Amino acid sequence: MIVFGKRIPMLFSLLAWCVIWEIIGRAKLSTIVPPFSGVLAAGITIVPTPKFSTAVSISLRSFALGMSLALLVGIPLGVLMARVASVGKILGLWVNIFISAPISALVPILMAVIGIGESTVVVTVFLFAVFVIVIDTHVGIKQADRSLVEMARCFGATRSQVYTKVLFLCALPEILAGVRLSVIRGVKGVVIGQLLIAIIGVGELFELYSQHFLMEEFWALVIVVFTFAFVVSESVAFLERRVEYYASTR
Amino acid sequence: MPANAIIEVKGISKTYEGGVEALAGIDLALPQGMLSTLLGPSGCGKTTLLKIIAGLIPPSQGEVWVKGQKVDGPGPERAFVFQDFALLPWGSVLRNVAFGLELRGVAKDEREQIARKHIHEVGLKSFESSYPHQLSGGMRQRVGLARALTVDADIILMDEPFSSVDEQTRRKFQEELLDLLRHKKKTVIFVTHSIEEAVYLSDRIVLLSPRPGKISQIIESNIDRQDENPEEIRRDKNYLDTVDRIWQILKQYV
Repeated sequence: MIVFGKRIPMLFSLLAWCVIWEIIGRAKLSTIVPPFSGVLAAGITIVPTPKFSTAVSISLRSFALGMSLALLVGIPLGVLMARVASVGKILGLWVNIFISAPISALVPILMAVIGIGESTVVVTVFLFAVFVIVIDTHVGIKQADRSLVEMARCFGATRSQVYTKVLFLCALPEILAGVRLSVIRGVKGVVIGQLLIAIIGVGELFELYSQHFLMEEFWALVIVVFTFAFVVSESVAFLERRVEYYASTR
Repeated sequence: MPANAIIEVKGISKTYEGGVEALAGIDLALPQGMLSTLLGPSGCGKTTLLKIIAGLIPPSQGEVWVKGQKVDGPGPERAFVFQDFALLPWGSVLRNVAFGLELRGVAKDEREQIARKHIHEVGLKSFESSYPHQLSGGMRQRVGLARALTVDADIILMDEPFSSVDEQTRRKFQEELLDLLRHKKKTVIFVTHSIEEAVYLSDRIVLLSPRPGKISQIIESNIDRQDENPEEIRRDKNYLDTVDRIWQILKQYV
């Protein structure tokens, strides 16, 4: 960012927002916005409590399980859709319907079918995350250089070697882009799933704080969740940048 | 059929999905140890024929026999050099050249040692650890050639290998290719749309006519390559006459 011809670090804009927040909070313009310093203080108080750490560990577990399932199903499914024309045609429509559908609307049905508990949240995370992985993997494999595949076959590659030594690496930039987007959606899945169930994990805390109008704690939790989503997606982005050197030269 | 035919193409036809007829009734015998060219205007199915010989595309009708064996897929006695180089963008020159041996499960040290030898041969010494995007088109195709040499196939199939390389580089490359192949005694099938390139490089030129691809004529060029240095060929009367003769035939198809 450049202001008045001077380079200003990006962090400064974050700092400026914190200051504005503090001013609005202190001016008592709205009961929903407590001063930022109050939010920070609340954060420092709630984070070490056992209630908080239980909520976080339940949420993290649901997130990790749902994401792993999404990766395990999404990548092979995307590959299959790209390599087998009939599978691509049959599933392509469904995947595109589900990626644009509001999955949150399905959560109450999931609750009825699976029950009110962790597994519903896992399934919610899975449904939020899986479709973007399928689509990106599909595109990556579809766009993979056909002549590289021919080359590998020509030099005697077996079917599995074509996948592991050529196709997967060709599609890696797209797959990682899909994974990054799915991680962000996965975080939404955890929060929305737990909010709707409202008795476990971070969702329970959100519900608790807003019901009792504990705005400082509420905002502290929002910041924790936002930071988590940002850090996870940035770590995948870091991986993406490492494979970018060849992605841009394909 | 000549007695020393290493590749025999028997009644090959190819119709693509959607009804495009690429090749119709091709019969061809290609002699061992020679450089034969498939020459013709675009749309004559020359690349399709080469890929059928390579075992990459199944023919609709007919058979290809290589060294007395019927072709039903790629084989270790045939190596391919691609028009678009087909180099792994994530692999160094060394990894790319050794890739054929890597697929065969040859140990890393051994395959890299063999690959190094061929990298030197094609004039890429000291570029072993470069990546394809750091190389010029001509150098990338040298990598492609070295990769084909590394697997030690008897037959090298080249699909317009110089078409994405600039004119000066192409000339130099052609001369070096002649020199290299003369020593290796490989059988080379070369696809091109350049008449000059075909006559300059090859002993036999198979002219194909388009839509559907058929053999129009087979021309044996009588250029003596053993004595003449490559520079002289371009001034040889035989060379110039053959170029003209082929142009007179191909003119009607363009």
